[in-house]
Amino acid sequence: MTHPPYLSPGYKSTVLRAPGQELIMPKLGPDSVELASPVFGHQELGRKDEDLTVQHAGEPLGERIIVTGRVLDGAGRPVRGALVEVWQANAAGRYGHLGDIHPAPLDPNFTGAGRCLTDGDGRYRFVTIKPGAYPWGNHHNAWRPAHIHFSVFGTAFTQRLVTQMYFPGDPLFAYDPIFQSIPEEKDREKLVSRFDMDTTEPEWALGYQWDIVLGDTPMEA
Amino acid sequence: MTTPSQTVGPFFGYALPYDAGPEVVPPWRPDAISVRGRVLDGAGEPVPDALLEIWQADGNGEIPRRPGGIVRAGHGFSGFGRCGTDAAGGYWFSTVKPGATGGAAPYIAVLIFARGLLKPVFTRLYFPEDEAAHASDPLLGEVPDARRATLVAERAGEREYRFDVRLQGEGETVFLGF
Repeated sequence: MTHPPYLSPGYKSTVLRAPGQELIMPKLGPDSVELASPVFGHQELGRKDEDLTVQHAGEPLGERIIVTGRVLDGAGRPVRGALVEVWQANAAGRYGHLGDIHPAPLDPNFTGAGRCLTDGDGRYRFVTIKPGAYPWGNHHNAWRPAHIHFSVFGTAFTQRLVTQMYFPGDPLFAYDPIFQSIPEEKDREKLVSRFDMDTTEPEWALGYQWDIVLGDTPMEA
Repeated sequence: MTTPSQTVGPFFGYALPYDAGPEVVPPWRPDAISVRGRVLDGAGEPVPDALLEIWQADGNGEIPRRPGGIVRAGHGFSGFGRCGTDAAGGYWFSTVKPGATGGAAPYIAVLIFARGLLKPVFTRLYFPEDEAAHASDPLLGEVPDARRATLVAERAGEREYRFDVRLQGEGETVFLGF
């Protein structure tokens, strides 16, 4: 089972939101609409959408990083022209969202949202800053490991994936019920990016590689 | 091999929704319909941090192949819409009624993401006036009678529909697991 179950009581918000009934698995599978996907074009994206460090007048505080990888289908083929959207906390662990009440500073030079389309090899690439860990109210002394949220479109609407990318060696993994909601360690590891010296640019930014493999659907167990 | 899903969390609101998201077509178009509803949890409370996405064929049952889901292009039809829920769990879309595709009665594919959903739920919105077509719809035929109504929007007025999503508990919406 790659995906987490809906009900994962360690993550409290699942208790009243996880569906209680069995999912309906249609004998005919998805219909033609569900097997197609919305198409997005370069003209819909802004010039600065791929670089989260240049969206304001000044440079954001924090450790500048490059995050790149490929979007692949289950057979290892690149998914070209796929819309990849990211959002994240700033270096201090604060989101530019009104609902985030963590008493860490906002950064006027960092919004923390980006978009890009994958190229002919299925590759995406963002320049950003490394997000900070932050506390959340799930349980006493609950802290989220540093992560970047990813939203990805495949070639079928049933492949739609929203997930989170983590950083290697984070000491908070063992304590995080969202990360731990994925039953098997080998699957959790798929969410951890890899530090890569070849992606790292001298005198500029550390590089991380993270590939995304779309399934037939994230809804199936 | 598949990359596992994780929750969209509570803080997507400044990143994923966009101004034109709910307007698959502008509401002033003569063939526009409106779909409104709420997302409710297992206690019947509104879910104020859910994100809905819809994807559908055009009025002739053609599946859109052109961009325009983020920046709406004039008379183009991208078939894709996105709306975050408000404090009362409410969402809305302005779109057209899709034509039928294949053997199915007309429907809109609906995906719901939310804090507390570790993976999205996938459902379909059918239209109440298509009762005859529902009788032969392959998917509806597999849904227990008592739960079928959760997939059919209610008529709320001229060209207006209401479709609530109940994640859990009494009247739980039928979710699909392809």
